[in-house]
Order: sequence, then C-alpha cells, then structure tokens
Amino acid sequence: MTVWYLMRATGVASLVLLTATMVMGVLNVQRWAPRRVPRFLLQDAHRTVSLLVVVLLALHVVTAVIDPFVSIDLLSAAVPFASGWKPLWVGLGALGLDVMVALIATSLLRARLGLRAWRAVHWLAYAAWPLALVHALGTGTDVASGWMRWLAAGCTAVVAAAVAARFGGAQRRLEAGR
Amino acid sequence: MSGRLFAGGPARADHLAAYGPLPEPGSRLIDAVARADLRGRGGAAFPAAIKLRAGAEGRRPVVVVNGTEGEPISAKDATLLTWAPHPVLDGAVLAARAVGAREILVVAPAHVRLAAAVAERRDRLDISVVERAPGFVAGEETAVIAHLEGRPGRPRVKPPWPAEHGYHRRATLVQNVDTLALVALIARGEWSDTRLVTLSGAVRNPGVAEARPGVPAADLVEPSEPLRALLVGGYFGGWVKPDERVGPSGAGVVVALGRSACPVAETALLTAWLARESAGQCGPCVHGLGALAGVLARIAAGRPEAEDFGRLTRWTDMVRGRGACAHPDGVARMLASARRVFAAKLEDHAHHGPCTACRAPATLAA
Amino acid sequence: MPRARDSRRLIVDPIACSGHGLCAELLPEGIELDDWGYPIIREAAGDPAHAEHLERAVAACPALALRIMDTQ
Repeated sequence: MTVWYLMRATGVASLVLLTATMVMGVLNVQRWAPRRVPRFLLQDAHRTVSLLVVVLLALHVVTAVIDPFVSIDLLSAAVPFASGWKPLWVGLGALGLDVMVALIATSLLRARLGLRAWRAVHWLAYAAWPLALVHALGTGTDVASGWMRWLAAGCTAVVAAAVAARFGGAQRRLEAGR
Repeated sequence: MSGRLFAGGPARADHLAAYGPLPEPGSRLIDAVARADLRGRGGAAFPAAIKLRAGAEGRRPVVVVNGTEGEPISAKDATLLTWAPHPVLDGAVLAARAVGAREILVVAPAHVRLAAAVAERRDRLDISVVERAPGFVAGEETAVIAHLEGRPGRPRVKPPWPAEHGYHRRATLVQNVDTLALVALIARGEWSDTRLVTLSGAVRNPGVAEARPGVPAADLVEPSEPLRALLVGGYFGGWVKPDERVGPSGAGVVVALGRSACPVAETALLTAWLARESAGQCGPCVHGLGALAGVLARIAAGRPEAEDFGRLTRWTDMVRGRGACAHPDGVARMLASARRVFAAKLEDHAHHGPCTACRAPATLAA
Repeated sequence: MPRARDSRRLIVDPIACSGHGLCAELLPEGIELDDWGYPIIREAAGDPAHAEHLERAVAACPALALRIMDTQ
C-alpha cells in the first residue's frame, strides 16, 4: 500500500513542481526577477526544479510499475497508450514523460545543439504541463477528494496567468530590433 | 573624369585598343599587388595582396566585384562600371586567375547596365551580375555575401573571414570596383598610386576625380563659396577644417560644407540617418546610435539636457567596436571629429538654438 | 607583455547577444553592462583566477552568445 501512496504523492508533487518551473520559465523569458534577486538565480532555479521534477517522475514511474494493484509495465511508462490499466490516461502521462525527457536532454546539450534546435524543442514545454494535468485528472485516483480539485484548480490558475503574461500584451523583451 | 582608368570607354574594342590585351601573370599578380601596396576601400584599408593570398589557399575560390556603393553620395563605382567596365572586369579576371577561381560575381546597382560588357568578354570564366541590396551597410563584405546567398544583406560576425569561409563557405575574395580596376593597371605596369574620389557639396566641380596620395582633400575641390569644413572619407570619415592637410581615404568621398550651411544641423541629420541605416542586429549599435542622434538633435534645437555633452563623449566611446561590423565605429569617428572641428558651434546651438544657416537645404544628401 | 599560460579571452557575438545580462551578474569582475544592457568585456574576464565563474557565465547565456578563446 505504501507503494501506491508513494506513486500518488510523487505524481502530485511532480505536478506542483512542474507548475513552479513553468512559471519560472516564463519569468526568465520575460527577463523579470524580483528586485534584488539576480536573474541568474531564477535561471538556475528553473533548471534545478526541472531536474527535481525528473527525479520525482522517475520515482512515480517506478512505483507505478511495481505496484501490484494496476498493470503498468515499464514499457508503457514511455510508450503512450500501451498500459493495461486506463491506457488513455496513463498514456497521456507517458507522452508527458517523453516530452520531459526531450526537454531535459536538449537543455543539457544546448551548447552542442545550438540555439535554434534547442528552442524548437523547448516550445513543447507548453505541452508537457497540460499532459501532466490531464493525466492526473484522468487517472483520477484522488480527484474525488476536494484537496486534489483545489490543487488542480490552483495550478491551472497559476499556469494560465503565466501563459497570459508570456503571450499577452505586456512584453518586456528588450532585444535589438530584428 | 580623367586618368588612365577611363582611357578605353565602355566598348571592349575601344578598351583593347587603349590598353592592349590582358596580361596573364597568373599568381605572380599577387606579388605585383603586394609591391604596389594596393589597399582596399572601407575604413580598414586592408592590403589587397593579403586577401589574394588567402583566397589562393582557400576552397573553391570565387571573386566578388563589390559595386554596392551603399554610400549615397559616392558615385565612383557606378561611374567606373558605366564608363570603364572592362578595366574592372579585367581586374576581376586577373584576381580570379591568381587565386584559381572560375567564377566571378558582380554586384551592382540596378541602373548600371553591365550585360553588354559581360557579353563581350572572352575570358572563359563564369561572370554573373547580381543586383545589389539597398542600404548603407549593404556594401560591407559579409553583407554582400549574405545577399548573394539569398539572405538579407546584413553583416555577419568576423571571423570567419570571407577569404577563408565566405560565399557558401567557399574562399571568397570581395574587392571593391575601383580596387579591381587598379589591379588591372598594376598588371599592365601602368598604375601610379592614384585613387578615385567623389566630390560633392559646395563645389563647382562635383563628380568623380582622381587623387594622388598626400594631396589634401581641400586642394581637390573648387569651392563655390567660402568653406566651413570638409567631410573627408564619406559618412564614415571625419570633419576637417579647410586648412588642414588631410588626404582623402576610406570610401573616397569628399563633401565640402560651405559657410551658408550649418555644421550642427548637418551633423544631427547625418547621425540620425546613420542610426536608421543600422542593420539592427547589435544592441549597442541600434540603441547607441539612436541615443546619439537624440543628443545631437537636442543640441541642434537648443534644448539639450544637462548631461547631453557628457553623453556625447560617453556614448561615442561606448559604441566603438561593439558591433558585428564597423558601422558604429564609423559614426563614432565622424562624431569625434565633429566635436573637435565644430566645438564652438555646438556650444552655440546648445545655448541659443538653431542659427540662420539651419534653414538652408541640407548639403549632405541624406 | 607575457600572459599567464592559461589565460583566455571572452568573446561576445554581438548579433546573437540580446542583452539578457546574466553574464554580468555572474562575472562582474570581467563583464560590465553598457547603458543599454549589453556586455562590455574587460580584460579581467580572462583572468585564470575567475576561470570557473567565466565558464559558468558562458554556459548561462540564454542566447549562447559567449565564447572563450584560448590565447597563447
């Protein structure tokens, strides 16, 4: 039973931290940081929290696989829609995991890949978070309880605000005119 | 227009009659060019021989005849291409054979018709003519290469140097039109260290003239009124007083500013124009030149801010060397010289605003 | 003047640079921002004493506009 709880806990924690890293990513692009906080700290934080998400996701996947209650094998953690249990919702989670791996890998190899390739893949970040949320709500093991709904609503509101700031009118980009 | 460069005329038959057949020194041309110490155009005055040697060692070399002439008050390249295309093409062919290139690309304004001259050639080299990209910085060698590759005609970072890694990564020899025409004279043993200069402004002899080194710019012009100053070397050059013994260099343009013109108004307009002509790729250039234009405009209008003169010094120094090309450096040079030559006038305008000469039509055709 | 054997030079690609300014935060001894937020590289940037900070600054640039060149 511990494994089951660990799986749910790491899943929820991943969602929350993914929300946090999304916000930081947007702040970085907008070149905003709280006063007296150097922006390299925010850049580092974005990176560190993303890596933390990967660690939590690894735990989440491992516990899901070894848990006897649901039939999810290791392959279906990465290959979407291949699991025995709730293939659609688990599959979306697998898709989200694939996207996360691509984001992390390209970011670690950014200098080698060059800016354009890195940026092209990094746009997928806007897909990773919705996949995580829908997976969470669809696999639905905690959705019945109020706290999960409040959490999901809260994360959604935060991400919505971040995306609005990113693509809305208040662009603070100071690049030379191109 | 006088001088050995225009002895032949546009038609090939006349050209051959005036100069004789094209010599074939092959790679020995490079030594001759080195001995003559021929330098290219553009602020750097880079030795042509060095570019030739680099091209000779490079991969699949190609020669680019740079007739972009992005400076609006310069006319020597268009004049040469119109009235003496064959000496220019001779130079390009000689350079091509010296470096082992089999292709020559001529970049020229649309209004210069080169098809006839190219069709008359018998060099067994591939010569094509491409219309230039518009704009002041479009004549910079990496901008020309970008344009030839089908991209926007904007400068790139150097290194890599075009002579090693240029047009489609080939060794690319970019030389100005008049540099190549002089290469042809050198090969025929006829060159005597003169360069072409475009004269304009308050002069009775506007147009293209030949200048020997060491002859001051002031001696080249026949003023139409008493002169206040000369802009020597084009928009990237420097202002000098009429009695200063400075020879023309760089882009080979001399503009005479008469007493009826206002140097502050002219400098303000020129700075604003140069700021607008930035390729827009590098922050210090885009922001810095704009900021400097603002300072000049305020001074010219008599409404300077308290720090404006300090900013003029600070920002002039701040933009130097901070761009991918020499555009900001050229503006900095021009402003530093304006500061020196027109110091009194600048102070005057800062305190009293526009003078009567400010209303005169602009000398610099910006 | 002879340089330390492992001193290097920091080069900024002015076209790639879009003035994020993280480099100046990470190596203030060698990088200063001009009045418009763009980096001015000082010679001290190549000082071997700051090598680690230099490398961090180069890696942190969001535009990948910084490069280290080894000088002899």
